[in-house]
Amino acid sequence: MIYLDNAATTRVTEEVFEQIKPYFCEQYANPSAIYSFAGKAMSAVDEARKNAAELIGAETNEIYFTAGGSESDNWAIKAAAELNKDKGRHIITSTIEHHAVLHTCQYLEKQGYEVTYVNVDENGVVRLDELEKAIRPDTILITIMTANNEIGTIQPIAEIGALAKKHGILFHTDAVQAYGHIPINVNEMNIDMLSASGHKLNAPKGVGIMYIRKGVRIGSFIHGGAQERSRRAGTLNTAGIVGFGAAAKIAKEKLEENAKKEIELRDYLIKRVIDEIPYTRLNGDAVKRLPNNAHFCFRFIEGESLLILLDQNGICASSGSACTSGSLDPSHVLLAIGLPHEIAHGSLRLTLSAENTKDEIDFTVEKLKEIVARLRSMSPLYEDFVKQQA
Amino acid sequence: MYSEKVMDHFNNPRNVGEIENPSGVGTVGNAKCGDIMRMYLDIDENGVIQEAKFKTFGCGAAVATSSMATELVKGKTIQEALQVTNKAVMEALDGLPPVKVHCSLLAEEAIHAALWDYAEKNNIKIEGLQKPVNDIEERLEEEE
Repeated sequence: MIYLDNAATTRVTEEVFEQIKPYFCEQYANPSAIYSFAGKAMSAVDEARKNAAELIGAETNEIYFTAGGSESDNWAIKAAAELNKDKGRHIITSTIEHHAVLHTCQYLEKQGYEVTYVNVDENGVVRLDELEKAIRPDTILITIMTANNEIGTIQPIAEIGALAKKHGILFHTDAVQAYGHIPINVNEMNIDMLSASGHKLNAPKGVGIMYIRKGVRIGSFIHGGAQERSRRAGTLNTAGIVGFGAAAKIAKEKLEENAKKEIELRDYLIKRVIDEIPYTRLNGDAVKRLPNNAHFCFRFIEGESLLILLDQNGICASSGSACTSGSLDPSHVLLAIGLPHEIAHGSLRLTLSAENTKDEIDFTVEKLKEIVARLRSMSPLYEDFVKQQA
Repeated sequence: MYSEKVMDHFNNPRNVGEIENPSGVGTVGNAKCGDIMRMYLDIDENGVIQEAKFKTFGCGAAVATSSMATELVKGKTIQEALQVTNKAVMEALDGLPPVKVHCSLLAEEAIHAALWDYAEKNNIKIEGLQKPVNDIEERLEEEE
């Protein structure tokens, strides 16, 4: 099997797993308990919090553990809206956010909030001029993702943070795809709240964090206990949290090394695909993109067919095609960067890890060439195109 | 997600291709929705479908339903071919996931579109055949 869907999830590495293991059968104490047996579990949670914080230049007590990125996004946006509802009810986000952000904003619209969805350019970069123009006296929150989950475009977070600060507006960023993959510093970038998820960086599924800047007094999202300084109730997921901390520590140590490896493989993959498969385009910014993300559109074919045939060759990949999402519309991100429907339907996302090899990439490109040619040979769109060319 | 039969017809689609100078050819669906089917029919002087071919842009289910539809109409008379409904195509494939039912409608529509073209070319009226709709979504909405 060749796993090229690391933006969907990553494997828990052995190194991380070894550190998690004791917290199931042996160190099973509820970390919040008073007896000394719970002490080891609590210090492991503290250590994890420190590691999670250090990766983004935050203070340890600014990190709150959650059940994942979607919870953190929901918490940040809903609680910020609630906190500032007397100041104003206007929120700014972008058209290419993850659904955890978009659907939360849509929910708030039903509650009487107003949301401006700022457009992106053809590479998927948020238009800063448009964003600044959208700011109003009643704007209470700007929420823009650090990097896009589909096309991998990295956003000008520092600039947006500076803009938010200048206007005294809270700034939240969904960093689920970026945390541990590219450098982030919450102070330099003026980030007030940040969401991240463990399973995107070799920690287990079901654990995430929310960074909340000291002094940002958003309320609790999950009520029912004094955990996480009374801001997020629920028995601590010790094993998950330990895994998160371990993965964050490794990610910090290896960030440059891994990014370098991934970028080399990514650019090799992109070059081969673009050079060797005609009528193909790269989506997203060629440079300002996540180290592990390659995203293409192949004209005249449809993404789901492509995924099934890749799967039959042992290659795990993903697509923003309508058919994989159960709706008839292709990805909102691809439409937002201006692609017509028929091209957006033929999309493919390949997301690498530092563990992938050049051989795997070569095999994938060879198979991709065969599969694209095969699907085109049975496509009426390609037939029409060829006849027009003749 | 897909039945074995769907996977078989997707992996080894029957009758892919074109027919030169077909008796009838019809294209249905649109790129916006991500599915386009084109069906070619070769119909002999007795009104029997001798050959059926297709080309499809779409998902696994779209390819499989096209393939099955061509298999089901081959050797049939025009009237028999009109009985090849989307339900017949689905049953022959051991079912489709609910979100893919529109693919089977598209297959039925493609047969009708090819027959419509045949009727127009030969200036005949095929009883029970209505002018096919181009936009399958409209029909889905009507049926809902």
